[in-house]
Order: sequence, then structure tokens, then C-alpha cells
Amino acid sequence: MANESLKAKVAAYTEKVEKSLVKNPERKNLAHNRLYTPLDIEGFDYESELGIPGEYPFTRGVQPTMYRGRFWTMRMYAGFSTAEESNKRYRYLIESGATGLSCAFDLPTQIGYDSDHAMSEGEVGKVGVAIDSLADMEILFDQIDLGKVSTSMTINAPASVLLAMYIAVAEKQGVTPDKLNGTIQNDVLKEYAARGTYIFPPKPSMRLITNIFEYCSKNVANWNTISISGYHIREAGSTASQEIAFTIADGIAYVEAAIKAGMDVDDFAGRLSFFWNAHNNVLEEVAKFRASRRVWAKVMRERFKAQKPKSWMLRVHTQTAGSMLTAQQPENNIVRVALQTAAAVLGGTQSLHTNSKDEALALPTEDSVRVALRTQQIVAYESGLADVVDPLGGSYYIEALTDKIEAEAWEYIKKIDEIGGAVVAIEQGYIQREIQESAYKWQMEVENKQRIIVGVNQFQIQEKPVEGLLRVDASVGEFQRKKLVDLRARRDNAAVEKALAALEAACKDEHINLMPLILDAVKTYATLGEICGVMRKVFGEYQAPATL
Amino acid sequence: MEKRIRILVAKPGLDGHDRGAKVVARALRDAGFEVIYTGLRQTPEQIIEASLSEDVNVVALSLLSGAHNTLFPKIVAMLKEKGMNDVLVIGGGVIPDADIPFLKENGVSEVFTPGTPTANIIDFIKAKVK
Repeated sequence: MANESLKAKVAAYTEKVEKSLVKNPERKNLAHNRLYTPLDIEGFDYESELGIPGEYPFTRGVQPTMYRGRFWTMRMYAGFSTAEESNKRYRYLIESGATGLSCAFDLPTQIGYDSDHAMSEGEVGKVGVAIDSLADMEILFDQIDLGKVSTSMTINAPASVLLAMYIAVAEKQGVTPDKLNGTIQNDVLKEYAARGTYIFPPKPSMRLITNIFEYCSKNVANWNTISISGYHIREAGSTASQEIAFTIADGIAYVEAAIKAGMDVDDFAGRLSFFWNAHNNVLEEVAKFRASRRVWAKVMRERFKAQKPKSWMLRVHTQTAGSMLTAQQPENNIVRVALQTAAAVLGGTQSLHTNSKDEALALPTEDSVRVALRTQQIVAYESGLADVVDPLGGSYYIEALTDKIEAEAWEYIKKIDEIGGAVVAIEQGYIQREIQESAYKWQMEVENKQRIIVGVNQFQIQEKPVEGLLRVDASVGEFQRKKLVDLRARRDNAAVEKALAALEAACKDEHINLMPLILDAVKTYATLGEICGVMRKVFGEYQAPATL
Repeated sequence: MEKRIRILVAKPGLDGHDRGAKVVARALRDAGFEVIYTGLRQTPEQIIEASLSEDVNVVALSLLSGAHNTLFPKIVAMLKEKGMNDVLVIGGGVIPDADIPFLKENGVSEVFTPGTPTANIIDFIKAKVK
């Protein structure tokens, strides 16, 4: 009955407002309703839809007290030039209060080429640090205690090799693998769909990924074996719903592959992690985070029958949206990042990277990175946003939006299931086309001024070129090439050959877990390019479908 | 019928960021140009080969990894070597202002940085290619 009265009142309100629109029109292209009331969440059931923090379906967060004990991990993605330079930046970040490391590798490293390969020309040390062998990795983590720090590595196709190098460095420091904490991205499906640093075709790629799941469950038990990433899907232009839908579809494919390889879902599911984008629309993002946890919990419990609560939890790292940074009036980016940080924290992220104001122009300088880190610290210590668990829970708008995003995500997941799963959907270019469509729509909205980007299509000023950008010295390539010549001269090349031959043989037998063989090869100082070269030879390379 | 302007949109280097390249390619196509998109990880040799075989008027290079100062001039020089002197080369991506004069001296006609409306690129091509 109360609802009848409310319905009447809302109807009267709507009628009144609609009449006034002739005189006082609303802004065009507003994505959501004017007002949210209990009518928008009719049938809402608190216990099944939200529940208790730290319990199924985790809508309110994966931990019982969220940030009241410990804040999220403030993890700044960094790396450029050489291992020597990046080691300095990591130590600076740790001294500045960063609580986790996040390694950016250059493109040759990400695509399994040594710095002296022809394809590496011009790219060495540019978007991240160049790692050619264990020798570089030893320098990268010099004087950093791998038993204490947690390290996230943005590495996908060659994730097994970089993880092996990390394990080997730790052993040299006297730290056993079971004491290591960190994450490898290891999410090749989104490389095919959105990010581009794939090497091998899907089948051997999925094998490498499940090999890592299995190896780590026995040897590196605290390691997050994958970071199933929506971040890059969003950066490529997707909507919020597409971001979580396509990513969870990828997650489903990984779980299926591991189960098919003979693993028990509860043996690896607790180490799966996710990676979201914190985009501009603050409240939509909050709803997205909440919806994603609910979808994944249902997938894991209902579809895969996982028994352990840990297997149902969507734990997530977040990065603020790089594609939303503007090259125009870059100081404004500090404000954008602050709002995106608020979204990630209100959404309940487990760790966060905040972008620096100058990243639409170049890699960030130390000063701009400090402001980005301080932004997180201000939100944590001063804003109050981190003081209460899921503070927006129960808002009519947030709950309605969470439901809507969840429903849209299920629709996409169903569609992808019908196509035959994420791998097939990517091979057919379906996911890529959906993302492109959204990206083009966004661009047209900006160009038609249906969407205002401050400083870009409104409120522009005459600007002087920005000074003081970070530049990666062009001599980095030469420096790395010299190190490689030196390495090849002083290592035991017979041992390298032997390890590579053993790896090649194992690649041909799909029942063998490749991780121990990769670890052996790494320890002989076989280079990343040599190890990936062997795998390229056996596995071949992925050919992307044309989707334009 | 008038021959349509043919444009190769190319991704040199190892950079996988193709949102911009694809959006630009589609906008150029919608504007009535013939557009060929190469896909990722194209070597300079592959780009030259595609430019020749597709007989293009414009090569539009997109790169966000910072390798532009190495790869853009190399591609321009190789186009000239093959006698494609009248091909208009333009570039886009995360390219600092300070690098633009160098790229222009090396044969890149214009560089379109983040935030550029696609209409500006279309107008530029229409003005330059007759």
C-alpha cells in the first residue's frame, strides 16, 4: 500500500517536471533516470543481493571490515629504460610510502624479443623496463627484499618466463617461493581482444596459463597467478558493462581450461584476481565494481560449483583510466584522477594505481608520480571515504545501477556462451567489434559535443608546450645490446643449449608442465628471447583477425 | 568517376594501442576515403609493401609507445627510396610537442596528438591530396 502512495507521488512529480521541461529543459544525453526511489529497486532483497561484507555474493566487498583495518595496496605501476634506472624508481617509491611494486616492461620484453632483435628497434626501454635475462632481473630487484614486498608484473604472453626469473632472484636472496607475494597479469585473452601483446595462438597460450596455475598452487601458493583484466578492454573503448562482461567471460574460459586440464576448481580459484578500470563516471564505476563481484561469485558457486568462499571472491586491482587523461591542460588530470580514485575506493578495490597528470604526453616524472600517490593517500587518510564498508550501499540509484550493469553483463556472457566461449568470440572478432563500436560512439559524442571533456572540446585555452617531460635516453637500446653480448660471452652456453633443448622437447608434449623447464632455462641465463624463441618455434604465432 | 583517395592506416612497432588507429580509420572511411588498416606490429618493410601494393595516397602512422622518432623517419625514407615521393605521411599518438619539429623535418607532414577531432585529420587530407 505504501508503494501505491509512493507510485502516485512519483507519477505526479514526473508529470509536473515534464511540463516544466518546455521552459526549463534538462541537459541532453543523460544516461540515467532523473530520480531513483524505492520503486526502482522493487523486489530488492537485502540478504540475497547485498548480504554481509566478506560473504557471498560479496556485493559489499570481499573483506568483512574493508579499509578500517588496512587500506588498499597503493601500488604504482612503474618501469622504464634499464633495470638499473627502474630499480632506482622502485626504491624511491618504497621510500615514498608505496606499499607494493608494479613492474612495467618494455614492449620487446612483453612480446618475447631480446633488445637486440630487429623487431625491438626503437622500442627498448620505452614503455617499461627492458629485461633480457635473469641478470637484468637481479639488477631490477637489487636491495629490494622479495620476502617483504609484493610485486605485480604486467606481463602476459611470457608471464611464465618472468615469473621464473622472479623466483630465481628470490632464491638468490634466500627467499623460498612459498614466501613470495605478487601477481602476474598472465591474461592473454584480453591481449587478443584489446591490448595487443600476444605471441602464441590461443591453445598453447591457455596451456601455459594452466601450467602456471598448477605450478603455483603447489610451489608459490600466495601468488596471484592471473589478473583477468578489464582495464585494457575499457581503455580500448568499451562501456562499463562490457568491461566486466568480457573480462568475466575470459575468466570463465580460464577456469574451464584449468578444469579441463584436470585441476580441482578450489585448488586454483582463490588465486585468480581481476583488474578494473576506474573511469570518469564515479557512481557508475562504483556500481560496476559491486556488480562484478556479484556476477563472479555466482559464476564460481553456481556454474563451477566451487566450494571454498575464497574461490567465489572477485579480488581486484584498479588503475585510473589512462585514456581519460587529456594532453590539454594536464593539471586538470590531477582532479580527474582524484575522482577516479574515489570511485575505486567506494567500489571496494584491493589495490590501486593512480595515473600521473603528464601521462597523456609521456611517461611520468618523479614529481608527478608523487602527486598521484599523494592523491591516494589523501583519499585514504583525509576524505573519510575509506572509513565505512560500502558506504553507498542502499542508495536507490546505486542499487538500481548495480542491478542494471549486472543484467547487461549476464546478457553479454550468455551471448558469448552461445558463440562458444570467449576464445571463439575473440577468434571471430566479436568482442573486438563490440569494443570498437563503443569506442567510435564515444569519439563521435565528443566531436559532436554531446560529451564534454574539459579543456578538449570546451574551456580550451591557448597552451604552451609542456616542459620537463620524462625522456627515455635513446642509448638504452645500445646499453642493453652490449649487456647481451657480454652475457652470451660469460655464461655457460652448453648449459643454455641443453636447457633450451629440454624445453623444446617438453613444448611438444602437452602433458608436461613447462614451468620447471622454464625455470631451469632461466637459471642458465638463457635470454627471454631465446626461451620465447623456442616456444615460438613449436607453438607458432597468433594471427589476429581483421576486424575493421 | 573520380578516383577516391586511398589511405593506409598503419601501426608500426610493437605498440598494441589501436583504439585511436581504428577510430581514425573508421572516421576516414565514413568521410568517403578508401581505407586499408594494417593491423598491429608492422615492420617498416611491411608498411612500404602495403603502401605500394595498395597504391595509396596517404600513409597514416599511429604509435603510442615512444618509438616514433626512430620509426616514422625510417618509413618516410623507405617510401622515398621506392619512389613514393608524393605519398602524404601523417602521424598520430602520444607524441610530445618537442618531437614534432624533428618529425616534420623528416618528412612527416603533420602530427595529430591526443584530443584531435577526426574532422581535423579529414580536412588536412582533403587540403593536401588533390
